[in-house]
Amino acid sequence: MAELTYREAVAAGLAREMDQDPTVVLIGEDLRAGGVFKTTKGLFERFGPVRVRDTPISEQAIVGAAMGAAMGGLRPVAEIMFSDFYATCWDGVVNEIAKARYMSAGRLTLPLVIRSANGGGIGFGAQHSQATENWAMCVPGLKIACPSTPGDAVGLLAAAVRSDDPVLVFEHKALYGVRGEVPDGDHVVPLGRAAVRRSGADVTLVGLASTVPMCLAAAADLAAAGVEAEVIDLRCLVPLDAATVLASVGRTGRLVVVEENPGQLGWGAAVAALVAEEAFGDLRAPVLRVSGGNVPLPVAKELEAEVSPSAAKVVAAVHRALDHRRVAPVP
Amino acid sequence: MSTDTSAGRAAASGAAGDAHPTPDRNEGLTSADLRDLSPADQDLRLYRAMAFVRAFEERVETLYKQGQVRGPAHLALGHEAVAVGVGAALGPQDRSIGTYRGHHHALVRGTPPDGMMLELLGRAGGVCGGKGGSMHVLSVEHGYLGSHAIIGAHLPVAAGLGWASQVLGDGRVTACFFGDGATNIGAFHEALNLAAVWHLPVVFVCENNGYMEYTPIETVVPVTYPAADRAAAYGLPAITVDGNDVSAVREVAVAAVATARRGEGPVLVEARTYRHSGHSVADPAAYRPVGEVEAWKERDPLAVHRDAALARGGDPAAYEAVLPQVREQVAAIARRAQEAPVPDAADAWTDVWSDGSSTWRS
Repeated sequence: MAELTYREAVAAGLAREMDQDPTVVLIGEDLRAGGVFKTTKGLFERFGPVRVRDTPISEQAIVGAAMGAAMGGLRPVAEIMFSDFYATCWDGVVNEIAKARYMSAGRLTLPLVIRSANGGGIGFGAQHSQATENWAMCVPGLKIACPSTPGDAVGLLAAAVRSDDPVLVFEHKALYGVRGEVPDGDHVVPLGRAAVRRSGADVTLVGLASTVPMCLAAAADLAAAGVEAEVIDLRCLVPLDAATVLASVGRTGRLVVVEENPGQLGWGAAVAALVAEEAFGDLRAPVLRVSGGNVPLPVAKELEAEVSPSAAKVVAAVHRALDHRRVAPVP
Repeated sequence: MSTDTSAGRAAASGAAGDAHPTPDRNEGLTSADLRDLSPADQDLRLYRAMAFVRAFEERVETLYKQGQVRGPAHLALGHEAVAVGVGAALGPQDRSIGTYRGHHHALVRGTPPDGMMLELLGRAGGVCGGKGGSMHVLSVEHGYLGSHAIIGAHLPVAAGLGWASQVLGDGRVTACFFGDGATNIGAFHEALNLAAVWHLPVVFVCENNGYMEYTPIETVVPVTYPAADRAAAYGLPAITVDGNDVSAVREVAVAAVATARRGEGPVLVEARTYRHSGHSVADPAAYRPVGEVEAWKERDPLAVHRDAALARGGDPAAYEAVLPQVREQVAAIARRAQEAPVPDAADAWTDVWSDGSSTWRS
């Protein structure tokens, strides 16, 4: 068991997969230099220019070449530096990569991964801070992994690289400096299996990537006030571990979904809808969402914080859910 | 790993000289099919391949007008020499990739015409299982990695196929077909630049038919040759060829494929041709000046090649016989497709994921 930062875990995870499978290759901008987030540090030196390919600033070429390489017998891992830049190559991702298997009735297989740095909290502004995981969730054919810990950064990446389906991995740029345990050996976290990070009987908190530590902080605060929150780390949006969420809500009767992407159509809406449809009888309070604001993300610290989810907002939402019981008791 | 088929798995194993599968190529062809033929027989084989495309597309046009084709159909009538000329330069192990106007490229690589017709008519057993249609036909085992319907999107994919060949050392070349209209989209430029700077084994082939959908290409491009005149920007020579002369296309393509296979990087070829019909079958193409279609039909690629072959001593009777024969063959294909059952509706829920399912949640 090694303690690594999340950014070190990404590089370590890539190295593990490249060690294991000579068809795993990397493609992206500034990889040779270690990447702007230092997530490919040392890989060029270790694996050489054939397997670690620097590209021009050409996102359409990056995702298209990853697709072609996957069709041609490789397992490429492409990097889109900031997830905001998906907008420049979204055609390749959603019209080509997501649909190739289906449109060919299974005759094409695309074992590829696209990694990118996602999310806000560090003042990069509206074009470099978006949480865009909900964009991908609108498109059948893409798997979506969003690690919240260094261990999952390795384990989910391993599952993604070994998957025969295209997987988008959203690394959270505010988590890159976080340290955590990474198991030695072959550490794989299967796609579509949520983790219960904390158990509790009073309310279920569902988070993803950056909002998982936020939910855990909120749960610690709530515990001090005598409220026990269960914290579920979804880990993946597709496949979605709905069963774990539904089972938890069955125990707690309350659900607060905490998502960084804008609430106007965030992934939390999908989670809330399926709980409303399938666990309505278990609910003792309305499902609540703590979401990113429906504004382009501002830069100044106070402005960004104003429109971003936080532990305090989660605590407030939990109290609203608990208050609902007092206002409208079940007869 | 690249495909579900055993052919694909063999491909993924990579090494040049693998026992490549030898699927039936129907009316398609590769350089291997021509190698042992006399020049006269090669001429006839090229003619037959073009005629088969012609007959197929004529039949699709009729079926479309009868309301039997599901979705749009973009015909390659007039483009036959580009597909056949390049196809004749590719080996069985090589790959090609094309656009929504791609029936000819699929057929030339040997994609089963029955499976294509079933796909176009939305019947069970189509090459895309009813999930792709006219604009997305493919045959992985024949090396045709699909028709792609977003303009320009497949050029970077071709670069990626070339990258895989370069990394795996499998000796394959990828031919990438696109239209003149694609030369104004960003993906064209990103792909050419990447392929050039990485020296990828890709032959980019522009089928310049003079029209970007309904708009004359010269009104939207400031240069004479929309693809070839941009090649210099990527350090590539400007190669243009008469796209209605299959022998000329083949000669250029053989050289281009050889260059790419030697590892000397990509080659761009612009073939000037003309589509005899509209952008799609639904388009009567009334925007074309009077006399233009007739003038180009004077240089119909089938007639150009037949006349040249006859001048070289080809047998007129043999050439006479080809079109009637392939038309009959295609009519039978169409009849079989029309009599085929429709797909099982439950098939709509398969093939999203590699486990065959479309399940997105537990």
